[in-house]
Amino acid sequence: MRDVIEGRVWTLPGDVDTDQIISGKYLTIIDPNELKKHVFEIALPEFAANANEGDILVAGVNMGCGSSREHAPAALRAIGVGAVLADSFARIYFRNSINLGIPTIEAPGVRALFEKGDIARIEMGAGRIQNLRTGSSVSFPPLPAHLLELLEAGGLVEKVKREIQAATTVSSR
Amino acid sequence: MNEIQTNGGQTLAEKILSRAGGLERVVPGQIVEGQVDLAMMHEQGAQTVAPFHEMGAPRVWDPERVVIAIDHWVPASTEGAAVLHRILRQFAREQGLTHFYDVGNHGICHQILAEHGWVVPGDLAVGTDSHTNMLGAMGAVAAGIGPTEMAAVLSLGRLWLKVPPTLHVRIHGSFGKGVYAKDLILRILGEVKTTGATYKAVEFSGPTIEALSMSERFTLCNMTSEMGAKCGMIAPDATTYTFLEKIAKHPMHPVAPDKDAHYERVIDIDVDEMTPMVACPYSPDNVRPLAELVAKHVKVDQVFLGSCTNARIDDLREGARIMKGQKVAPGVRFIVSPASTSIYKQALDEGLIEVFTEAGGVFTNSSCSACFGGNMGILAPGEVCASSSNRNFPGRMGAKDAEIYLLSPAATVAAAIRGELADPREFL
Repeated sequence: MRDVIEGRVWTLPGDVDTDQIISGKYLTIIDPNELKKHVFEIALPEFAANANEGDILVAGVNMGCGSSREHAPAALRAIGVGAVLADSFARIYFRNSINLGIPTIEAPGVRALFEKGDIARIEMGAGRIQNLRTGSSVSFPPLPAHLLELLEAGGLVEKVKREIQAATTVSSR
Repeated sequence: MNEIQTNGGQTLAEKILSRAGGLERVVPGQIVEGQVDLAMMHEQGAQTVAPFHEMGAPRVWDPERVVIAIDHWVPASTEGAAVLHRILRQFAREQGLTHFYDVGNHGICHQILAEHGWVVPGDLAVGTDSHTNMLGAMGAVAAGIGPTEMAAVLSLGRLWLKVPPTLHVRIHGSFGKGVYAKDLILRILGEVKTTGATYKAVEFSGPTIEALSMSERFTLCNMTSEMGAKCGMIAPDATTYTFLEKIAKHPMHPVAPDKDAHYERVIDIDVDEMTPMVACPYSPDNVRPLAELVAKHVKVDQVFLGSCTNARIDDLREGARIMKGQKVAPGVRFIVSPASTSIYKQALDEGLIEVFTEAGGVFTNSSCSACFGGNMGILAPGEVCASSSNRNFPGRMGAKDAEIYLLSPAATVAAAIRGELADPREFL
């Protein structure tokens, strides 16, 4: 994970629930590359066709509320979004997103800083998000160690894989 | 078995997470590695299989602690759903996961856990569905997780959890005629809002709660998900132990909150004067007294009596009591979907299916049904649905602009008869 992340911003309102990210009719799709064609169909219809790798999403409060579906962050990972920022996140969405290795940052006040198309600069270690067009910024408490460790590993799969390999190595000595 | 352990100054969630983490005590904000007592997957578990294999654990940590219950598309209604089911069946065979509730023995996953005693007091339970909170009614911490996280749980038998602060909701008084646990949880949601319990535990207590059946307790804990809560819970009592007496699948470790436990916030609600409630589009916290909407003559195209929130036998009985001898209003589609196959059989034995179908309704196979807009009972643009389910976000049951009103089962049946939102008390 890079310490500084920069990208073009897409904005979302508050209370975007997972139905508005990937609606119920697509839940039998498990191929992330197929899912990404339908991401934000309800909340931000122009996103799927126009999003680029490295783009950054900036949402209001309670981002990702509703169901536990991982389809939502999985589709965003397939697109390769650089980070997802929000005034606040719903619990399961936040965990899923971090588990998939997506920098996911709760920074109260962040939504008001940005308009669509602005460039965001995120300093992970310093805990600062800046709008490079306006110069305004907001700070956030850096992620706790165990979450940074997860992102550093590239997500939960890699982290557990290393843990299991380490345990196997020790027990086979 | 019924002896309650106390160790001073902790909430119910803190006590359970202390045990799960192998610690003397925990405080809110602390990260614990919790040993999982029960892991549940529905179709989303199909997305657990690939990361599980990638992680490299040779076997699932404990097949006796894993339940698979397919419920969203049962029997499979699309080829995509059939593939998800096949992935799960193959995984279950390969890993020796015998507690698989497949077609014919199926039900909504949370209801399956409840009626087979898979979650017991003191447990830490996780499931790949956001309404896993429902099982907190057993006096457990039960939380929803995603499928990749579930792969880690199946590999290691544990997961990290941040100890949540607790919101204490104390309920006093008795429900009047036509007022139910659903009205109470909607009333609470109207006050706490969809973000009011984010990352928190919600603990219900008080004389009203003590008098509730397990089914009503499930309804309450179920919709703590809609407040953003990590878990919703009720301390175990005689009602809990009686319910679990013959069905508990593993030993209990019951705990009760301490009298001097620290709560982040305490809410007191008296239900004596409470009237039927409704959550209006497009959020479960957009709650009004039902009477206000009845006055506006809100016409409905579809009525759904179903979901993990409200499709147990008592919900169907109350609905049938109102529907008996009545007819579904012309032009209204009335769908009843029991929460499990055993509830289906019970409804059949008690003549409830006959009541609903004679009235002009359709009684479906047990599943999540119309609740999630991905299988059946889907709404066209501009349509309006009165529903006993739990969410009414845009697009939840189909078209983005379709409107969903969340109600008690009795109030949905009243709407089916009248063809518009109606007060169930007029029919009782």
